[in-house]
Amino acid sequence: MTAPRYVYAIGRAFDPTDLAGLVGVDGAEVHRIAHRDLAAVVSAAPSDEAALRARLERLDELAVVAEAHHTVVAAVAAGAVVVPFRLATIYRDEHRVREVLRQRYDEFATLLERLAGTAEIGVKLYVDDRSPALATPSTSGRSYLQQLSQRHRRRDEKWQHAAAAVERVNTALGECALDRSRHRPQPAQLSGAAGHNVLNAAYLVLTGRVTEFTELARQLALAEPTLRIEVTGPWAPYSFTEPGDRS
Amino acid sequence: MTDPNPWLTSQRQGSNLADVLERVLDKGLVIAGDVKICLLDIELLTIKIRLLVASVDKAKAMGIDWWEHDPSLSSRSQRQLAAENEQLREQLGAAKPAPAKEVPS
Repeated sequence: MTAPRYVYAIGRAFDPTDLAGLVGVDGAEVHRIAHRDLAAVVSAAPSDEAALRARLERLDELAVVAEAHHTVVAAVAAGAVVVPFRLATIYRDEHRVREVLRQRYDEFATLLERLAGTAEIGVKLYVDDRSPALATPSTSGRSYLQQLSQRHRRRDEKWQHAAAAVERVNTALGECALDRSRHRPQPAQLSGAAGHNVLNAAYLVLTGRVTEFTELARQLALAEPTLRIEVTGPWAPYSFTEPGDRS
Repeated sequence: MTDPNPWLTSQRQGSNLADVLERVLDKGLVIAGDVKICLLDIELLTIKIRLLVASVDKAKAMGIDWWEHDPSLSSRSQRQLAAENEQLREQLGAAKPAPAKEVPS
């Protein structure tokens, strides 16, 4: 009889009482498995692998599991340095989790050291993608065509201005961050946000400078009339878990 | 606001499901587990949603909405869905350029 374990994150050993009352995927109680000064944050995994696989193929179910995963990572990140794991990392039993902690101790320790005292801030920049209406009702075919070409020219200019503005904001924020990572721009169907997402980035900043960085991002975007900004976080450093990518 | 622990006060401010999904599906440390699970990545999700939105909108525009009243048709079988996802993955794999990754300067 095995008891599979779902792993949410690895952390520097933290107070086990920090996990009291915390529940993860499928409402399973969260606990830790420690090895030296490291601890894996785990819960009992659904034992039916096929059912879990099938669930993760469906957007609605995937969303529920993703939220559960994220909630646990966020709760632990509030009190300890963590390296978040990719969704649905599952081991046969506690013994296997301990084995992985032992085998990859150096790798985990290095990552945790790099991420200590940091947080991730998400910044999304949007451009209004609606076309401007034609100014006046056209009286002739010729004036209609003129208006159309004028509208195209304005739209091209608008996008060029927006691209330059995005670069300015991204560069300025990058200079104030420890590291940055670009995500795929979000489609409006998935985010429900207005406008066209032209930058979807994450910045790694010192925890003590989160408020300052967020304010800077807002100010920079305010100076760019073509852009709308959304700042999210602080997040656990999901986007900075690749070993050795800090410049 | 001098809370030294910003997670407690501002976690999830302004974030949406897409923000969570792109982090837990595409980011986060990848360590091989004992259970092999092939996740939908954020790109595949995007395509699926686009297809879904496009087809539902089109059908509704044409006045076709019978599936909404037929429980047996409103949810397809898991097997069918998994097969469809697999097919999309293959198409994506064939057409996929190298993932855009920012070079640290």
